[in-house]
Amino acid sequence: MGKKLSLITDGFIKNNPTFVLVLGMCPTLATTTSAINGLEMGLATLFVLVLSNMAISLLAPIVPDKVHIPVYIVVIATFVTVLQLVMQAFTPGAYATLGLFIPLIVVNCIVLGRAEAFANKHNVWESALDGIGVGLGFTLSLTVIGLVREVLGSGAAFGWKFMPGDGVLAFVMAPGAFLVLGYLMVIFNKYLKKS
Amino acid sequence: MEYFAIIISAIFVNNILLAQFLGICPFLGVSNKLSTATGMSGAVCFVITLATLVTYLLNAYLLVPLKLEFLQTIAFILVIASLVQIVEIVLKKISPSLYQALGIFLPLITTNCAVLGVAITVVTKEFTFGAESHMLDLPQALVYALATSIGYGVAMILFAGLREHLAGNEVPKAFKGLPIALITVSIMAMAFLGFSGMV
Repeated sequence: MGKKLSLITDGFIKNNPTFVLVLGMCPTLATTTSAINGLEMGLATLFVLVLSNMAISLLAPIVPDKVHIPVYIVVIATFVTVLQLVMQAFTPGAYATLGLFIPLIVVNCIVLGRAEAFANKHNVWESALDGIGVGLGFTLSLTVIGLVREVLGSGAAFGWKFMPGDGVLAFVMAPGAFLVLGYLMVIFNKYLKKS
Repeated sequence: MEYFAIIISAIFVNNILLAQFLGICPFLGVSNKLSTATGMSGAVCFVITLATLVTYLLNAYLLVPLKLEFLQTIAFILVIASLVQIVEIVLKKISPSLYQALGIFLPLITTNCAVLGVAITVVTKEFTFGAESHMLDLPQALVYALATSIGYGVAMILFAGLREHLAGNEVPKAFKGLPIALITVSIMAMAFLGFSGMV
């Protein structure tokens, strides 16, 4: 049981996809203009990650080695299309805000990375747990980055405004994304990373 | 005039790396040296333009008439992946010297989200020109793709130049590597923000 649990919790700090593995930088920077947006993007990735991990761990024994990358990409693209259709139907608002970055989950290196590094060598349940762990780690870091940018940039947290007027607008725009990620990485390196 | 607006907007105002955040992974990954950054920019430029041409035609003459637009993501990524393979094989055959220069970057490009990003953008987004806005036609889409990849190259090469200098400086331990690079990119993005409102 402890081993199963560590599959999930490893994704938070030890194998954190954003701060340790430095994967999936594009959605991390682009969609974290507020905590809610970061959370939604993280959950969308989590959805694809869990399903593609499970499908790939089932498919891996029968896929010839030579064509495994194209096959994995098609599997991932299929789940992304499912996600696109589901989001269009049930959460059109989130679909519109995240926009281009939903189809771009296909080329998110986290998803293909976990398929290559974990799912094709483990059974379906372990792969699902790994997907949940890494997905939650990604969601957590995106939400934290989004929260910091929202607090500094628009004086609000999760849409709740605690300060009148605007914050430092640059934090919501492009430079703020790089700056906040850079400084959070410094904090992570200093206090959380075990050397 | 529209072409001019597309070019300036794609290179400076909406720079693909510094304003749209596409293709960040290779941007951070291979910008340690000026020479590799130049090679990567060349390969990206080539693939983005070619991929946009193919996916635009595929979308306009196959997916739209058959009402299969929801398959865009799958169809485009397959086209890009096979295109990169073909480019690799053809280059190896007809121009070994160019293959030497771009070769090692080509496999990385399949998972470069800039390529898929541009391909999806040109077929889904309406562009605004002054008072009116409309979808891009084929020549405009190609100009957009080319200009976007030039913007990628500009940002990449500038950053690689900065990073070569950064490597020789002493920075606090926790800032070493990526954090200081990200903070530098942030300052670059601020400079590029100065272009906004130009078009």
